[in-house]
Amino acid sequence: MIRCEAIRRSFGDQEVLKGIDFEFEKGKTNLIIGRSGAGKTVLLKILVGLVVPTSGKVWYDTTEFGSLSKQALQELRMNIGMLFQGNALFDSLTIEQNIRFPMDMFTNFTAKQKRAQVDSCLERVSLEGVHKKYPSEISGGMQKRVGIARAIVLNPRYLFCDEPNSGLDPQTSITIDELILSITKDKQITTVINTHDMNSVMEIGEKICLLDKGLVAWQGSKDEVLKSQNEELHDFIFASPFLQKLIDQR
Amino acid sequence: MIKSLLFHFGKFFMWKRSILAKPENMRMYYNETIRQMYDIGVGSLPIVFLISIFIGAVTAIQFKYQMEGTLIPAYYIGYIVRDMTIIELAPTITCIVLAGKVGSNMAAELGGMRQKEHIDAMEIMGVNTSAYLVLPKMIAAVLIIPLLVIIAAGVSIIGGYLATVPTGLFMAGDYIKGVRAFFLPYNFFMMFVKSFVFAYILTSVSCYQGYFVKGGSIELGEASTRAVVYSDILILVADYLIAVVLTA
Repeated sequence: MIRCEAIRRSFGDQEVLKGIDFEFEKGKTNLIIGRSGAGKTVLLKILVGLVVPTSGKVWYDTTEFGSLSKQALQELRMNIGMLFQGNALFDSLTIEQNIRFPMDMFTNFTAKQKRAQVDSCLERVSLEGVHKKYPSEISGGMQKRVGIARAIVLNPRYLFCDEPNSGLDPQTSITIDELILSITKDKQITTVINTHDMNSVMEIGEKICLLDKGLVAWQGSKDEVLKSQNEELHDFIFASPFLQKLIDQR
Repeated sequence: MIKSLLFHFGKFFMWKRSILAKPENMRMYYNETIRQMYDIGVGSLPIVFLISIFIGAVTAIQFKYQMEGTLIPAYYIGYIVRDMTIIELAPTITCIVLAGKVGSNMAAELGGMRQKEHIDAMEIMGVNTSAYLVLPKMIAAVLIIPLLVIIAAGVSIIGGYLATVPTGLFMAGDYIKGVRAFFLPYNFFMMFVKSFVFAYILTSVSCYQGYFVKGGSIELGEASTRAVVYSDILILVADYLIAVVLTA
């Protein structure tokens, strides 16, 4: 479980987050949705510690993130996996070296154990035979899957995904969504996904947080989305006239 | 401007503390240092060789021109070429050229990693990116650049010989006598001090510019340019200060 407590963040005069209170639940896919500029990425970066909030606290279970010692922070970070919007795979390393990197840096595994873990992660994301390839030699969808494999290689308790479907075709997006959902369920981890992909919201949104103007405008599950009368949610979900027309017809 | 200078100076020294933090995994740092040593050393050999041979050649020919018609013995050319290259030209020109080649490369590499979120990815894994990405570069540069400077000095002296002896400007004996005359080992010490200091300056400035880059490709280009310009300026200032201190 990850909990935000009155998170505020300003950049100069502009206050991007104006007091976010939200709980991301364990074993569920928690989605942060909202328009561009709503503060989704800032919130995600605050959750993983890349941005320091102006005020407020982030709790990982019973641990307050900001109060951790260097050693404790290091240990917590080993339990965090993140999939970046642009994948952030290291260009000069092969796929195998990319996935192995966290193990090389933080574990005393033997070469055999590392190899077995890499194979297991690649198998988990349905990618095989790409060990020796470089990120530039595989497709965008495959890069996302490698990003997921690297994120889960140390068996994290918390998984963060920043726009996992950006730049992918609808079919591949569904595959990535299903993969994230199944990893969340299998490993019972807390998954936080930052997205504006409506298909993801309706497919895997077990707990949804709608950000609007720096505040939580609505929260609920995918089943509650269509029933909700919340104006901000309605405006966001049905921003597409095509979708609105389709719903009206039904 | 002074405020900005002080800001960056302070930020740089605050950053230094995290660069010198205890490595998470010595083996990874060692491997990265070796890789950087190879990139800096082997990768820079051709350009160092090329500029050094011409520096030696031009120095010898121009001193020959200046000393024509004077009572200064001909063999002094070898002596002047040797000491000019050892004390000044080899460390300074080599490091100024390396600031352009190695420094801009470091700034672009780190800046590119920042923009592609590679640094963020490492931070989230728990890697101290300041240390892992910068310390190996600094150690590699401080170890390898003095060796490049030694090569540059040797090649410059050979360049002076090749430009003057085969072309008939000097007798081989005169040049070699000059190269062997009035040798002071202290000059080598000055060369090493300059090499270490300049290597440290060019890697620190370049890594700082690259690591903290913000924005897109234009800002990355600007950071890379700043890395070279600031490194060159600081190298020249340090050159003057070292000259004042070590020749006092």
